[in-house]
Amino acid sequence: MSDRLPGFSTLAVHAGAQPDPTTGARATPIYQTTSFVFNDADHAASLFGLQAFGNIYTRIGNPTNAVLEERVAALEGGTAALAVASGHAAQVVVLQQLLQPGDEFIAARKLYGGSINQFTHAFKSFGWNVVWADPDDIASFERAVTPRTKAIFIESIANPAGSITDIEAISTVARKAGVPLIVDNTLASPYLIRPIDHGADIVVHSLTKFLGGHGNSLGGIIVDAGTFDWSTGGKYPMLSEPRPEYHGIRLQETFGNFAFAIACRVLGLRDLGPALSPFNAFMILTGIETLPLRMQKHCDNAKAVAEFLVGHPAVASVSYAGLPNDKYNQLARKYAPKGAGAVFTFSLKGGYDAGVSLVSKLQLFSHLANVGDTRSLVIHPASTTHSQLDDAAKTKSGAGPDVVRLSIGIEDKEDLIADLEQALGA
Amino acid sequence: MKDDMNHDAYPDNYIRGILNSVKSIAMVGASPVNVRPSYFAFKYLAQRGYDMIPVNPGHVGKDLLGKPFVASLSDIGRPIDMIDIFRNSSHIMPVVEEALTLDPLPKVIWMQLGARDDAAAAKAESVGIKVVMNRCPKIEYGRLSSEISWMGVNSRTLSSKRAPAPTQGMRLSLNRMSVGGGNTAASDRAAKSKTEQS
Repeated sequence: MSDRLPGFSTLAVHAGAQPDPTTGARATPIYQTTSFVFNDADHAASLFGLQAFGNIYTRIGNPTNAVLEERVAALEGGTAALAVASGHAAQVVVLQQLLQPGDEFIAARKLYGGSINQFTHAFKSFGWNVVWADPDDIASFERAVTPRTKAIFIESIANPAGSITDIEAISTVARKAGVPLIVDNTLASPYLIRPIDHGADIVVHSLTKFLGGHGNSLGGIIVDAGTFDWSTGGKYPMLSEPRPEYHGIRLQETFGNFAFAIACRVLGLRDLGPALSPFNAFMILTGIETLPLRMQKHCDNAKAVAEFLVGHPAVASVSYAGLPNDKYNQLARKYAPKGAGAVFTFSLKGGYDAGVSLVSKLQLFSHLANVGDTRSLVIHPASTTHSQLDDAAKTKSGAGPDVVRLSIGIEDKEDLIADLEQALGA
Repeated sequence: MKDDMNHDAYPDNYIRGILNSVKSIAMVGASPVNVRPSYFAFKYLAQRGYDMIPVNPGHVGKDLLGKPFVASLSDIGRPIDMIDIFRNSSHIMPVVEEALTLDPLPKVIWMQLGARDDAAAAKAESVGIKVVMNRCPKIEYGRLSSEISWMGVNSRTLSSKRAPAPTQGMRLSLNRMSVGGGNTAASDRAAKSKTEQS
């Protein structure tokens, strides 16, 4: 009952979960149900009017998902969270609360290729206009701000090369512009970086990656830092104005510092529909319990593999922020002192053909389009995740034709190095 | 303001102590309109067993969920433990001044989410009244009981104990381990800087 501060690993196991009140089950039960019975008509009306706490329908909320939400909120230092079906769904739901047709948001050019695609093409049809900026050039964000700018979007550790973004510098730009900073923290996980501590207002994740960690379940999550004042200037009417779909409730007035998470749930998830399966929430929760153990091993292995590649004659260059001479090493020391993540790229002297040959010869590394699995993974971004970009854009985003991306797993590092050695040799 | 009281970030034990000890709550600015936050905070706190008194001069002669409206705090005519003020920051001081004329004094003055008046708080604290500002008692009750976790809110509490299955109108235990570590310090800092700017 004291206000003592538990550590990250304790929160990873306990936050959000308590023994089931009905059965005493200690593991979080999978509430595989679409809907929940009301006590009476008044209770039903209170729930629908957002006047009471409780469950209605799994597209709006589910007790298994709620444990996952509270756990990630606690690990990130946020006030509340909302779990959704995928990382992509998280991005749609977040921006739906912030942008009206014709509005703009600024995004770092170095992003997961799928996000670049979603922002460029899918969001264009909603009238949401992305303006690109260079995360290595903070002034490019300032220059991109216009009266229609509604948000800034960056990755903490950026795809594909594992570069580190100066979150604090960009949060200063966001604050000056009066817009929230959204940070995709997928590649870092809160074990390595907690973006809210550095000025993020909203954190999103693909739970599919390191948080779930086992490559078995899709999921996404939105964390509300509780830091942004949505009421100023009428810029964010979804939060500040009376909502006709809830009899005129104003979400910020009613829910205070977790109003954004509530908006995402009751306006975004409810009406767009990308709900997370409770079964997936259970799988991801189980993964999160070992996040601190796995993440440290991922990082330690990644550093050993990167060091091996640097010394290999077939390798032209290695981009890994954990290496002392890397361009991003200073930022890695500041933002991710426990390790620079486990996703990085390297380029081969033999170019595209050598990349294709390497991928085909690897025996332990799996050739697939994912990251953050217990298993080590390899992909050639230019022909897959970033294939929709033209050559210049590929190179700008760190996915040139000679580049190979690795996601290092938690196997024994000696075996990973041996596999790379045999595939690079001969 | 009392030197040891930090109104930007309240320890859970402070809030828990208040919600566990008060029995009667006069809600100033209670609204009969069922989409106003004051209405559903009133309803929730009544369901959790608090003796609720609606105070609003515009609705005297009517009642709120069976409780008759009174025009002012002095019209209540019996001791009250807590005054919950559902008014904007600029309307806090007169309510606090009226509260200080009551005999006996209330034990707690609570200002709703978004409402804060440090001078009024200092006045109340100088006569031994506990003050909470810019919080909602419904949200805090829901958070400390973890009932609010159903909405994905970070309750900042942990428990390995099995709680009784909640039923309608039941009082919930607020005595869970309090975990400042699932912290929301960034949100508290933002609230503080907003206060300093205004």
